[in-house]
Amino acid sequence: MFALEMKDITKEFPGVRALDNVTFSVRKGEIHALCGENGAGKSTLMKILSGVYPHNSYSGQIYINGKEAEFKSIKESQEAGIGIIYQELALVEEMSVAENLFLSHDLMRQKIVDWNKIYSEAKKKLAEIGLNIDPQVKVGDLTVGKQQLVEIAKALTKKTEILILDEPTAALTESDVKILITLLNDLRAQGVTCIYISHKLGEVLELADTVTILRDGKTISTDLIKEMSEQKIISKMVGRDLTELFPYEPHAIGRENVLEVKDYSFTDESGKRLISDVSFRLRKGEILGFSGLMGAGRSELFVSLFGGSKGKKKGSVLIDGTKKNINRPLDAIKHGMAYVSEDRKRYGLVLGMEITKNTTLAALNKVMKLKVIDTALEVKNATMVTDKMKLKAPNLEVKVGQLSGGNQQKVVLSKWLMNNPKILILDEPTRGIDVGAKYEIYKIINELVKEGVGIVIISSELPEVMGMSDRIIVMAEGKITGEFLRTDATQEKIMTCATGGKQNEQSTSIG
Amino acid sequence: MNSPLPSAKGEPKLTFKFDLQAYTLIIALVLISVIFTIFTGGEFLSSRNISNLFTQMSVIAVLAIGMTLIIVAGHIDLSVGSLVGLLGGIAAILQVWLGWGTIPVILVTVIAGALLGLWQGWWVAYRAVPAFIVTLGGMLVFRGILIGISKGQTVAPMNESFKQIGNSYLPYILGYTLAVISIALVIYGTYRNRLKRKQLGLVIPASIIDYGKVSLYSFFILLATYMLNRYLGIPVPIFVVIVLAAIFIFISNKTAFGRYVYAIGGNQEAAALSGINIKWNTLWVFITMGALAGVSGILLTSRLNAATVSAGDMYELDAIAACVIGGTSLMGGKGRITGALIGALIMASIDNGMSIMNIEAFWQYIVKGLILILAVWVDISNKK
Repeated sequence: MFALEMKDITKEFPGVRALDNVTFSVRKGEIHALCGENGAGKSTLMKILSGVYPHNSYSGQIYINGKEAEFKSIKESQEAGIGIIYQELALVEEMSVAENLFLSHDLMRQKIVDWNKIYSEAKKKLAEIGLNIDPQVKVGDLTVGKQQLVEIAKALTKKTEILILDEPTAALTESDVKILITLLNDLRAQGVTCIYISHKLGEVLELADTVTILRDGKTISTDLIKEMSEQKIISKMVGRDLTELFPYEPHAIGRENVLEVKDYSFTDESGKRLISDVSFRLRKGEILGFSGLMGAGRSELFVSLFGGSKGKKKGSVLIDGTKKNINRPLDAIKHGMAYVSEDRKRYGLVLGMEITKNTTLAALNKVMKLKVIDTALEVKNATMVTDKMKLKAPNLEVKVGQLSGGNQQKVVLSKWLMNNPKILILDEPTRGIDVGAKYEIYKIINELVKEGVGIVIISSELPEVMGMSDRIIVMAEGKITGEFLRTDATQEKIMTCATGGKQNEQSTSIG
Repeated sequence: MNSPLPSAKGEPKLTFKFDLQAYTLIIALVLISVIFTIFTGGEFLSSRNISNLFTQMSVIAVLAIGMTLIIVAGHIDLSVGSLVGLLGGIAAILQVWLGWGTIPVILVTVIAGALLGLWQGWWVAYRAVPAFIVTLGGMLVFRGILIGISKGQTVAPMNESFKQIGNSYLPYILGYTLAVISIALVIYGTYRNRLKRKQLGLVIPASIIDYGKVSLYSFFILLATYMLNRYLGIPVPIFVVIVLAAIFIFISNKTAFGRYVYAIGGNQEAAALSGINIKWNTLWVFITMGALAGVSGILLTSRLNAATVSAGDMYELDAIAACVIGGTSLMGGKGRITGALIGALIMASIDNGMSIMNIEAFWQYIVKGLILILAVWVDISNKK
């Protein structure tokens, strides 16, 4: 008997088919793991199940306990017994545990709220999941692990029959993970069906009964966990051939280090250690890939190196062999660094501004004469660099917000190339971009590296990192866990370092 | 140049795709003039009234210029009314009680304004207190200081030379000369712009549109000058507004500071990662606002020939309304000084027209409030 069956689910976004005839069946009372690389379609599938993407925005059928379901909203899926717990918790930190538990519950919707009843009910619910805390405590005062458990308790205050956990242990300490695993085992004994999404394969093997693997929006397999091993799961997750999609061209790598980072650590303002003792070198005319799972600290590393984040830094940064202090982005720009962020709309572009003005934003001094912007020179430079990028736009006075993702990314690249950088950091350079534009961006990367620019590519897409890099560094939990030459790297080796089984005992120091 | 961009192919077809916002503004202004002209039996558009209207709007217009920068940068300044009152008060005290000459009074007032702007900008930029709160505090603090230093009295009268600033007119000849010069500048500017755009391979609007606009501008410049000269000439306050507007339009279009203000308001995080010093530029926006409030205060005190405790009361709302009606987005990143000036003119027209019609003062508040809501609604629905 299946608690949940999703059949032939296809979901398209403009230009991308996120899910392609996915089939996903979960038996009643089991813990069913859902695995796949970043972007494989796990979250999209869960969003369909929880009603975030309403019925009719996808094709295919969903059956709950054998009955067809058509969720038009999150509320409808909740009423059908589906509870979802996201990686980012959805609790009101300023409210008490009890208030959070019953926030949208009938008990709260009385004309006069019976607080004594709510507190005693909350106490009962918390006891059921083995959580011994005062229901009047503010949620914000609890640890992240406890908050996670409160979130589960909240889901259980409604008649939740299928509980979805999306990366629940990403932010948890080792001891909290143990509590969570115990709780999930208890819930299984009580007959609750659970869908467990995690990158940590160790946990998956320990906890789950069944595992379904998605890749590129397709269902690859559903197997009993006892027939699987970590190696088997990884090879199914990544098992795709590298195609000609990546136009890597051999090029001469210089001897000099344009960037050298030694024993670098970074602690953010809240005192959370994001980067621990990282050392690496980037040579002139080299493409250095950074691989790792989301939250491994790759972006945090480079944003802090670029001077874009506040916090405490330790260690040294050498540019062209001399030690440099970079406290703000302007320092980094002056030293020849450029950082193309992973979220171009948020960190890369002023969407309401024209293309021309966006391209000169970081290099305005190059188009000024006597402190006055020379419009002719500005347009000339902008035309030159955007031509090089093969930017497609009606004209350069179009607002950047009106361009496609690929063209927006080319505007960001143009902005940074205005400064002729020596070190170009590309954070997820092809995220959300169609295949054609991706190819063009790879071509641009090849051209730049031949001109002697040292390039860092941070990417969650393994094929991209492996296809474009001369050397690959793998990070997990703020540390470097592996380094491979282009010729030595395999997807399995990288994934093993990225899921970082060896790092587990140190994870208590984080979070 | 092997450009993938389509270059200008001679004269494009006549497509009437105008900036709707700029047009709604002009239409609104024309409509308001027509209505008031009818209801006042022509009095609204008389030379004398137009002269009055422009003089009345000048104090708010100067504030609206600075307020545009503040709002474009993503902030707000609620203190400008009190600031105008305080700075006008300082000017009067320096002259009436301490006997200072007019020129040192002007300089010190403007500098005092810049320093008060610096104070507020420091809280906003370097202490990260929201501008709404800092300037709400400033609104009370500055009014309090004014009452304190003036001991609650009206300070008057000003010297004759100081009075001239707000109450005199440019000679007819000078007025016409300036009008001719500005028309020449408009024609030359358009011609040069078209030439440059052609050289750069940019799209050029049809010459009918460009030169049609030029003729229209020229006509209005001449008409306005003629109407004003028929009375007493171009009022000095409006001359001050025009000069300041020209300076700040230049700053906002042609300097790094201006560009950065728009970038910060448009996307602060992207601006910061592009190496723009957010705090420093934010600080200077407030310093500029303070200095302009100084100019405004001087104009007001000069016009009234006195500084009163309640001077400038509620001017912040008129200035903000002028910007918003002129198309400045409260979300930041978008807005033009010319729009704010037209906005100020619309607000002043409503005040003026209703006064002539002897409509009770309470109606002015109601109408102005409703127009503000309407203007923002137009802005929002245009976006969709």
